[in-house]
Amino acid sequence: MKKRRVGGVACSPDWETIGGDGARRIDPMAEFLQFAFSGLTVGAVYALVALGFTLIYNASGVVNFAQGEFVMLGGMSTVFLALAGVPLPLAALIAVIVAVAIGLALHRFAIEPARGASAVTLIMITIGASIFLRGAAQIVFDKRFHSLPPLLGADPIRFDGAAILPQSLVVLAGAAIIVALLWGVIDRTLLGKAVIATAANRLAARLVGINTRRIVDFSFGVSAAIGAIAGILVTPITLTSYDVGTLLALKGFAGAMLGGIGSAFGAVVGGLLLGLLEAFSAGYISSNYKDAVAFLVILAVLFIMPRGLLGRAQVERV
Amino acid sequence: MKVLNHIVAAVSIGVSILFAAPNQTWAQTKIGAVLSVTGPASFLGDPEKKTLEIYVEAINAQGGVNGQKLQLVVYDDGGDANNARTFATRLVEEDKIVAMVGGTSTGSTLAMIPVFEEAQIPFISLAGAVQIVEPVRKWVFKTPHTDRMACEKIFADLKHRNLTTIAIISGTDAFGKSMRDQCVAVAPKFSINIAHEETYGPRDSDMTPQLTNIRNKTDVQAVVNTGFGQGPAIVTRNYRQLGITLPLYQSHGVASKQFIDLAGPAAEGVRLPAAALLVADKLPDSDPQKLVVVNYSRAYQQKTGQSVSTFGGHAYDGLMILVQAMQRAKSADKVPVRDEIEKTKGYIGTGGVVNMSPTDHMGLDLSAFRMLEIKHGDWTLVPDAGS
Amino acid sequence: MSMRALLHHRLAPVAAIAVILLLLPLLFPSTYYYRIGALVFIFALASLGVNLLMGFAGQVSLGHAGFLGIGAYAVAIGATHLGAPSWLSILGGASLSGLIAFIVGRPILELKGHYLAVATLGFGLLVAIVLTNEAAWTGGPDGMLVPHLVLFGFPLRGSQAWYWIGGITFVVGMVLALNLIDSPTGRTLHAIHDSEVASRMLGIDVARHKLVIFVISAIYASVAGSYLALLNELITPDVSGFLRSIELVAMVVLGGMGSVIGSLVGAALLIVLPQILTILQEYEQMVLGIVVMGFMIFLRQGIVPGIAAALGRMRT
Repeated sequence: MKKRRVGGVACSPDWETIGGDGARRIDPMAEFLQFAFSGLTVGAVYALVALGFTLIYNASGVVNFAQGEFVMLGGMSTVFLALAGVPLPLAALIAVIVAVAIGLALHRFAIEPARGASAVTLIMITIGASIFLRGAAQIVFDKRFHSLPPLLGADPIRFDGAAILPQSLVVLAGAAIIVALLWGVIDRTLLGKAVIATAANRLAARLVGINTRRIVDFSFGVSAAIGAIAGILVTPITLTSYDVGTLLALKGFAGAMLGGIGSAFGAVVGGLLLGLLEAFSAGYISSNYKDAVAFLVILAVLFIMPRGLLGRAQVERV
Repeated sequence: MKVLNHIVAAVSIGVSILFAAPNQTWAQTKIGAVLSVTGPASFLGDPEKKTLEIYVEAINAQGGVNGQKLQLVVYDDGGDANNARTFATRLVEEDKIVAMVGGTSTGSTLAMIPVFEEAQIPFISLAGAVQIVEPVRKWVFKTPHTDRMACEKIFADLKHRNLTTIAIISGTDAFGKSMRDQCVAVAPKFSINIAHEETYGPRDSDMTPQLTNIRNKTDVQAVVNTGFGQGPAIVTRNYRQLGITLPLYQSHGVASKQFIDLAGPAAEGVRLPAAALLVADKLPDSDPQKLVVVNYSRAYQQKTGQSVSTFGGHAYDGLMILVQAMQRAKSADKVPVRDEIEKTKGYIGTGGVVNMSPTDHMGLDLSAFRMLEIKHGDWTLVPDAGS
Repeated sequence: MSMRALLHHRLAPVAAIAVILLLLPLLFPSTYYYRIGALVFIFALASLGVNLLMGFAGQVSLGHAGFLGIGAYAVAIGATHLGAPSWLSILGGASLSGLIAFIVGRPILELKGHYLAVATLGFGLLVAIVLTNEAAWTGGPDGMLVPHLVLFGFPLRGSQAWYWIGGITFVVGMVLALNLIDSPTGRTLHAIHDSEVASRMLGIDVARHKLVIFVISAIYASVAGSYLALLNELITPDVSGFLRSIELVAMVVLGGMGSVIGSLVGAALLIVLPQILTILQEYEQMVLGIVVMGFMIFLRQGIVPGIAAALGRMRT
C-alpha cells in the first residue's frame, strides 16, 4: 500500500487510522460510508424502476414486467446514437423520447386490447413484451457491453474515508428531482388529480369526465421516461447491455413490494432499501449470499407487515 | 363442452410435436454448432457464431472441403444445458451432422458429450474447463486453454514479482467459479497463499463492498479477478475508485479490447494471460502465430465492425482443425476424421500451436498463453514472464 | 354407459391424453421426437402442479422452479453423496419438497396477490442461490452428473424410456388432479378462489386448504425435476432459476388456468415453439414475444378454454 508523506511524516491511506498503540486499524465509519454509498447508488436505480412499476399499477392495475427494458432502452439507445455521431445530450433526449414512444405503444397495442382480462393474463402480456423488446434490442443494437462518459468526470470524491463517484451523486440527485417533480405534478396539478382519481376508481373517474385512457397513456409514458432517464444516468457506473432489463425488473418489483404496492414513496424507499441491503450484506456478511440475505429481509418484513412498509390497506369486497 | 376441450387439445398436442420440423438434407458436408448466442454467455457465443459463419462462407467460396461445400447448422441454446442437449440430439438425429464445433460453456458441453460419444461424432468444444478433456474421451476435443493454465500463468508471474499473498475476487458464474477452483488447487505448487476471497454475481453492477473488504486485509499483496463479461470491467473501475494500488490480475475471460474501452484509465497496469490474438499487431514478425492472428483479426473486424475476441478465435481454431483433419483424411467420415483430429500436430492457431495426441485432446501448453499488461490504453506483451 | 355419458365422464380427458400418449410414437421418426415428447410431459407435470395452485386455488407462485431444483438435485446428491438408488431419491426429493413447502407455505400463504408473488419469487431465488453456492454438495454453477435410473436391475435411460415414464406419470397426475378437483377439497378450493373472506365466514379453514394445495403442487414439481435430471443425466442450478419459474407460469397461463389439459398444451407450446422458431435465428426472441402477447390478447383465458369457447360459439 502506498504511503503518502505529509510534512515528512508517513501517513497511511485515509480509510485507516493509526491507533494509540501504533497499530493500523480500519476505520469502520469509512467502511460503513463506502457500503452505504454503493447501496444508495444501486438502490436509486431500483427505486426508479420501482417507481415506474407503481405509477403504471396505480393507473391501470397492471404490473409491468417490461419496466426493466425501459432502463435498457435508455442506456443502449443513447450509446448507439452517440456512436453514430449524435451529440450526447441530444442522443439522451432522443433515447428518452424513443422509450416513451415504446411505452405508449405497449399500452395501446398490448395492454389496451386485453382490457378486462385477468391480472395474470396482463402480467403475461408484459412478460411477452419484455421478451420482444430484448429480442429486438439484440438485433438493433448488439450483444456487447457499453458505457457512457460520466457527467462530472471520473475522479472519485473522497469523503470521510470513502470514495464516491461523482456520477453516484448525479444518480441520486436525478432520482430526487424526478420524485419531487412527480410529486409536484400529482399533488398540485389537475392532471395529477385526474391520475389519483383514475387510480382510486376507474369507472367513477370516467363518470366525472376524465379521459382515463389518456391518463393510463400518461402513466405508461412517464414510467418509460423515468426508466430511460435512470438508464442513462446509471450507465456510466454500471454499464449496459441488451439484457440488463430482466434482473432490474425483478429487483425493482421486489423493491416496490417491500415499500408497499400503490405507494410511490414506498417504491422509492423500498428500492433504496433493497440496494442498501445488498451492499451491506456483501460487505459485512457474505458476498456469496448477498442477494439471499436481501430477499430474506424482504420476506421477514412482509411477514410482519403484509402490505409492505408503506402500503395501503386493501379492501376486499365480499 | 368438455369434449371439445379434449379434441382441441389432442389435435394441438399431436400436431405441435410433429411440427418440430427437421431441416432438409442436401448432399453437403454438414457440421453442427450449438452455441450460447443469447443468454448469460452471449458475450462468448456471439463472436463464436459470427466467426464460424464468416469462415464457412470463406471456405465454401474457395471450393469447400474435399470438393464438397460445408453446411453449417447453428442452434442457440440460450445458455441452458437442457436446451443444449435437445439441440445436440436434433443435430445428430435430424440434421445428421458429421462433426460438431460448439458448446460455449462447460455446462452445455458436459450436457452434450454423451450424445456425441454415443453417436460417435467428433465434438470440438469451445469451453474452458479442464474436465472436458480430463479424463480424455474418445470423441471430445477442445480448443480453448484450460482455466488451470490461466492460473498457472498468473501465479508464475506473481512469483516472478515476489508477490506471494493474494486475494481472489471471482464471479459466481461457471467460468469464474471454475477458474477460482483451479487457482485454489494449484496455488500451493507456486507457494502462493490465498489470504482472502470475495465473490460477485455476474450481472452485478457494483463491487465496492467486496473490494473494500479486500482492501482492508493489509497482508494482501495482489488481487486476482476470475470472471468474464462486464464484471471484470466494473471490478477494475471500482478498484481504482477505491484507490487500491496493488497489482491487479484479470483472467482470459476478459478476452477483448472492449475491456480496455470499458475500464478506461482504470485498466492501466492490469495484467492478464491471453492468447496472442489480442496483441496481433505487436507480435514480432518472427512469431509463428503472427500471420494467423493478424489475418483473423482483420477479417473479423472488417466483417463485423467489432474488435476481435479470443472466444471467436477459439471457434476459428476449432473449425480449422476440423477442416484440416477432413482434408488429411480425404473424407468426411466420422472415424477417419476423428483420428486425424487426434493427430493434429503443429497447427498454428489463434490460441497457440496445437499438438494433440491420444492422451491430450487440447494440444496447447503454457507457452500458448502470453502475459499481457495494459499500458496507455493498449495491450503490451510482458517480456520475460515466468513460465 | 351411453356414448354421451362416456364422453362427459370427468375422466374422459385422461383417456384422450392416454390415447395420444400411446399413438404419438407411431409418428416419431427418431429419438429427437421422443426427447421432445419426454420434455413436454415432464414440464406438463410441473405446470399441472402450478396450475392446481394458480388456476384452482387462485394463488400465485413465481418461484416454483425452486421445487423443480430440489427434486432434481435430490436425485443428483442422493446418487453421488449418499449412494441411494435413484427411485428412492425421487421419493426423497418429493418428500423433502413437500416438507419445505409445508414449512415455508404456512407463513407465505398468508400474503396475498403481488406480495405472495414477491415472497414466492424470493423463495425460488433463495433455492437457486443455495444450489449455486454450496458447490461441495451441488457441484456449483457447472452442475452435477446424474447416473441413470436403474429399476429392478433394468437401466432406464434415454429419451424413449423417459417419454413413457413421463407420459404415464403425467396421466396418473391428471387422474389425481381431476379427482382432487371434484372432491370436497376441490370444491372448497373453488370457494376459496372465489372469495377467501366469504369462505372463512362459512367456517372453512382457508389456511389449511391453501397449504395442502401448495404442498401437492410442490410435489408435482419435484417429481418433474427428478425426471428431468434423470433424463439429461446432468443437472445445473438454472433449473431452479427465475426464468424457469416464469416459464412454468407462462405454460399455465397460456394453456389455460384451471384447465388440466391446458397444462399439457401450454407445456407443448413453450417447448415445441422454440424448436420451430430456431430457424429464424436472431429473430426468434422477437417472434416468441409476439406469440406470447398475441395468445394472451386474443385467447385471454388460455388456449384450451379459449378455443373451446370459440368452438362453442360457432356451434350456436
